[in-house]
Amino acid sequence: MKFFDFFKKKDESKISGLSDNLPTLLIFVAAYIIIKLLIVVGIISPFYETVVLKLCIDIILGLGLNLITGITGQFSLGHAGFMAIGAYTSALMTLRISSSPVMIILAVILGGVLSGFLGFLIGIPTLRLRGDYLAIATLGLGEIIKIVIQNVDQTILGGAAGLSSIPLYSSFEFCFICMVICYFVITNVLKSSFGRACISVREDEIASESMGVNVTKAKILAFIIGTFFAGVAGALYSGYVGVIQPKNFGFMKSIDILMIVVLGGLGNINGTIIAAFVLNIVSFALQDFAELRMVLYSLLLIAIMLIKSGETPFFVKLREMFSIENMKKKLNSRKAEE
Amino acid sequence: MEQFIQQIINGISIGSIYALIALGYTMVYGIINLINFAHGDILMVGGYIGFFCAYTLGIGFIPATLIAMVVCALLGVVIEKVAYRPLRNAPRITLLITAIGVSFLLEYAMMYFVGPDVKTYPSGFFGFGYISLGGLSISSDKLMVTFITLILMVALQFLISKTKIGKSMRAVSSDPDAAQLMGVSVDKAISFTFLIGSALAAVAGVMYGAMFTINPLSGMTPGLKAFIAAVFGGIGSIPGAIVGGVSLGLIETLVSGYLSSAYKDAVAFAILIIILIVKPSGLLGKNRKEKV
Repeated sequence: MKFFDFFKKKDESKISGLSDNLPTLLIFVAAYIIIKLLIVVGIISPFYETVVLKLCIDIILGLGLNLITGITGQFSLGHAGFMAIGAYTSALMTLRISSSPVMIILAVILGGVLSGFLGFLIGIPTLRLRGDYLAIATLGLGEIIKIVIQNVDQTILGGAAGLSSIPLYSSFEFCFICMVICYFVITNVLKSSFGRACISVREDEIASESMGVNVTKAKILAFIIGTFFAGVAGALYSGYVGVIQPKNFGFMKSIDILMIVVLGGLGNINGTIIAAFVLNIVSFALQDFAELRMVLYSLLLIAIMLIKSGETPFFVKLREMFSIENMKKKLNSRKAEE
Repeated sequence: MEQFIQQIINGISIGSIYALIALGYTMVYGIINLINFAHGDILMVGGYIGFFCAYTLGIGFIPATLIAMVVCALLGVVIEKVAYRPLRNAPRITLLITAIGVSFLLEYAMMYFVGPDVKTYPSGFFGFGYISLGGLSISSDKLMVTFITLILMVALQFLISKTKIGKSMRAVSSDPDAAQLMGVSVDKAISFTFLIGSALAAVAGVMYGAMFTINPLSGMTPGLKAFIAAVFGGIGSIPGAIVGGVSLGLIETLVSGYLSSAYKDAVAFAILIIILIVKPSGLLGKNRKEKV
């Protein structure tokens, strides 16, 4: 219970309407205009534009996993597997059928739907498991998806070499719009009665069941939405890199996504966005030192858990810990003890 | 028929390594309910220490393994003290994320220091060629693996059931609060569990490294397999770890021998999921009812 003490009350009680979403929408529009201007003027070069694309994709992945792990409390380590489903679906459709704009949109949606459907099929049996068992089962499922893609049919899915020369359809606008849609779906889900059911499942499964919450339904629905967006992100990813291989969607990728969610604070939507931003800058700065980056990531993971920041983003918690008021409080309590 | 027997022997030998690693998982899970993700990486560290001993110091299998056991046992105890102890009463998800962090830290710190390339033990370090047995020629390292595992299992069983520290470990795993009230040092019992588990992982690591190759990420796969074995046999149960490890090794070699080696990992994970859904307590595990 202590873990989620930081949960903010103000978001919960509101019934969402257009007026609630409007300010955030305006912020997104402003962000879009600024980034677009920077791209047009040339301050963000095409090279850095790819970083922005990756950021949008990471945010979608992070938000999806945050709904499953942060908000509903179901620990999934197989998110990258669902990303693979979306990536392969849309890559196959645009590569083999056609790469017209309508087809691309269809491909991205279908990637999400297939991934969500698989999430539904897999979710029914595995979501009965709890905590660490669920983590291992989803890890296994992610690996199974990877292994099956790698071995099933070399001529269609390309085996271990993967698929290449996928049309690069993921433009900045497209990714940004998908990200904004994802953001609004997740935030509005959080404000709905279903969102509150998810939070109650996270806090105490038995208590929420006895209060009449349909625990299984909440878990599976959260899992479907999360995996749907993982599929969408995967579809965008394949249109962003142009080459996809099964090994891109392994356990490490799942951990990367988990890292975003944990750094931003479990269950904190805005935190996820900031964390994705921070981590992309870090990994960009350390791209020549891959090992060092991973050492830093792992130390961060341990540190975040040890300071028990819970839903507060890591950086906010650190600021709180080292703020002047906190120091004073500590000093005072020490004096009082004496 | 001859091929079948060879497969069975391969399966038992790899299965005994899984069983050795699974013991560490099972004991730690039994005592603090944590899937110690870093356990597979302790195996990798043990493999590297064995490699260092064999290659740089030029010493034989037994002293190299003893050094690896001591270092890994210390490492395990330190990890428990620094990373897991402060979180003992935290939600499980917190502990699990910490364990993943520790696992990655070990992997990439190792990669940073020794480089990502694959290392092979010097030949003749482990085993002594082939033994012919009634028309079959059996690689001696496979027999040795099985034999060493058997000895360690018996020793462990003795330690847990007959000694005082074993008794305190059992007490803590069945009820930490009651054990503490009875004067058992819970911290000491948990530290000792990590010590034993890590030392066993070091032995497995040296043998695994000598039979195959090592690299900084090589602990992950056997670690996960051993976890599957622990769940298969019933997590928290020591005979279960042995049964689970050997059966997983057999299933895996038979699948890669007669079906396709590409799917052997997928089959192992599929077994895990089926077991978790059908009989989460495993083959020999006790059924624990969750109380409100």
